[in-house]
Amino acid sequence: MNPPHVVVIGGGATGAAVAHDLALRGLRVTVVERGEVTSGTTGRHHGLLHSGARYAVKDQESAKECIEENMILRRIAPGSFELNNGLFVAITDEDMAYRPAFLEGLETCGIPYKEITPQEALAREPNLNPAVKAAVEVPDGTMDAMRLPLRFLATAQSHGARILTYTEVEEILMQGRTVTGVRVRDHVTEQTYTIGADIVVNAGGAWAGKIAALAGVDVPLQPSPGVLVAVYGRWNNMVLNRMHRSGDGDIIVPQRTLSVIGTSSWVVEDPDRLEMKAEHIDLMYEYGAQLVPAIREAKLRAAWAAARPLIGSGGAQTGRELSRTFKCFDHAERDGVEGFVTIAGGKATTARGMAEVTANVVVKKLGLDAPCRTREVVLLPHTAYYRRRA
Amino acid sequence: MAEVTFKIYRYKPGAIDPPRYDTYRVSIEPHTTVLDVLEHLRLDDPTLTYRHSCHHGSCGTCGMLVNGKEVLACVTRVADLKTDTVVIEPLRHQPLISDLVVDMTPFFEKYEPVGMPYIRESEYLPHSQPPEEVGAYTRFENCLECGLCLSACPVVGSDPDYLGPAALAAAARVVQEPRGQDVPTVLAMVDTEEGCWRCHAAMECSEVCPNDVDPGGLIMFLRRELLTGTSRSGGKR
Repeated sequence: MNPPHVVVIGGGATGAAVAHDLALRGLRVTVVERGEVTSGTTGRHHGLLHSGARYAVKDQESAKECIEENMILRRIAPGSFELNNGLFVAITDEDMAYRPAFLEGLETCGIPYKEITPQEALAREPNLNPAVKAAVEVPDGTMDAMRLPLRFLATAQSHGARILTYTEVEEILMQGRTVTGVRVRDHVTEQTYTIGADIVVNAGGAWAGKIAALAGVDVPLQPSPGVLVAVYGRWNNMVLNRMHRSGDGDIIVPQRTLSVIGTSSWVVEDPDRLEMKAEHIDLMYEYGAQLVPAIREAKLRAAWAAARPLIGSGGAQTGRELSRTFKCFDHAERDGVEGFVTIAGGKATTARGMAEVTANVVVKKLGLDAPCRTREVVLLPHTAYYRRRA
Repeated sequence: MAEVTFKIYRYKPGAIDPPRYDTYRVSIEPHTTVLDVLEHLRLDDPTLTYRHSCHHGSCGTCGMLVNGKEVLACVTRVADLKTDTVVIEPLRHQPLISDLVVDMTPFFEKYEPVGMPYIRESEYLPHSQPPEEVGAYTRFENCLECGLCLSACPVVGSDPDYLGPAALAAAARVVQEPRGQDVPTVLAMVDTEEGCWRCHAAMECSEVCPNDVDPGGLIMFLRRELLTGTSRSGGKR
């Protein structure tokens, strides 16, 4: 008998990790993505491998998820990270007032850290604002926002998963209150066809709400865009964060030959309609320069907007109030719709953990006993994704 | 705000076949990029296909021809083109899948066997002192695997067996900094008629490279290495 077939909607970090997890458990998997893989939010984030320190005070659930996954990713995706660690730096008295709660949060969340002197911080990062008053080193890192998910996809493909790009879901097929598959349009040939599924997983990220609506269910998802700015030059080698409450422009992630400053935050209804707020470019420069004054003169490479897929709704003004944690919805329990599971929220750093939780729900629904193996299996290189498409 | 005409190459096997150019008028702001325009057009026409991911010239997926020149659409501002008509076409010398989407499989078939590690030592801020646990600061390699160099290379266009500028540049990076890779094997791979000796030194690859890899210069480096043999012992930079 053929193993059950799962259709995963969305070829971002979440869909890639879900496909990998399910394929490793022996299921047949088809990923459908309306554009190129990682063309939604995934490719556009800072490229930060989170230590969790950013969330250690206000969002400890997410912080704990981040540090756990950070350590797992180092093991399963060697060669995919610039592992230069990160610094949280206090510049003002107000920042210093945040320091005790920050250190306590790191302890509570189990995030390894080391406080270093301002002199030492400046020796490590000569471009850092010389007004630095305190500095805490944490295991932040830089990831390649596209190439890490490609490794999940490449490994999933090697276990039989099909990745269908330019394939847009037009309809979620149902018999009564049970999801039986999807009808898709192939944007290469403009043909439509149906794909049957034992279970459909909605891994649509910021689009998960739109996708869930196709099955007549509601997920509490709030797309929350931010503007990011990339400038030429590596002005720092460690990830530099401002030691204060999450706010605009409080991080500079060095990446390749660039530095990425992020980010602002607001909320939208439709993640397809993200206006790039030009005035936020100046804001990013201004705040970035508080961490690294020389950034002010750095040449702009690009400015863009990306929509975070945050859980929650109703009354969110900027998105900063919402947790970065994730949630898996079994719509049978929640909405009486069988065969349909949504994974929402989360971060690129926690995609593997999101996939584990989702796949646990999927195999349980299918009555299978197939444990998760993604904590141990080392991923294929990203280049294997393209090699196997021939 | 200015209005600009965009002529976009459209092709879908069996559906838009033979190819045609669709024309659109779009209002642009000073910061609007060619990729922003494509994203805007796709809101009304979801059948328009193109590759994109990072939107800041880091992933290398949005390579295309803009007014005949190889660029990354995400870092090409429309205003900087200083023209009121912009023609957008897919990259050359790579199999066409749909509209502006080319198949990168042949690129990676030549590039992957070289085995260039994707992480290198960071040369930025050379006097800074990395944390003890880190040892030395590292960073990703410059090559974005975008394929612009293959599209611009006149030899790739006439000789499909040529290893091509991207794979040769990756080989040179292994020779410069082996990082555990076997230098003699990589040198043997490029020391062939279809390897570094096939290049005509047109240098178009280095001209279009969006991230200063300088494939042309690195191909010349490989030739010097093979002629003088200084790196056969696996010498580091």
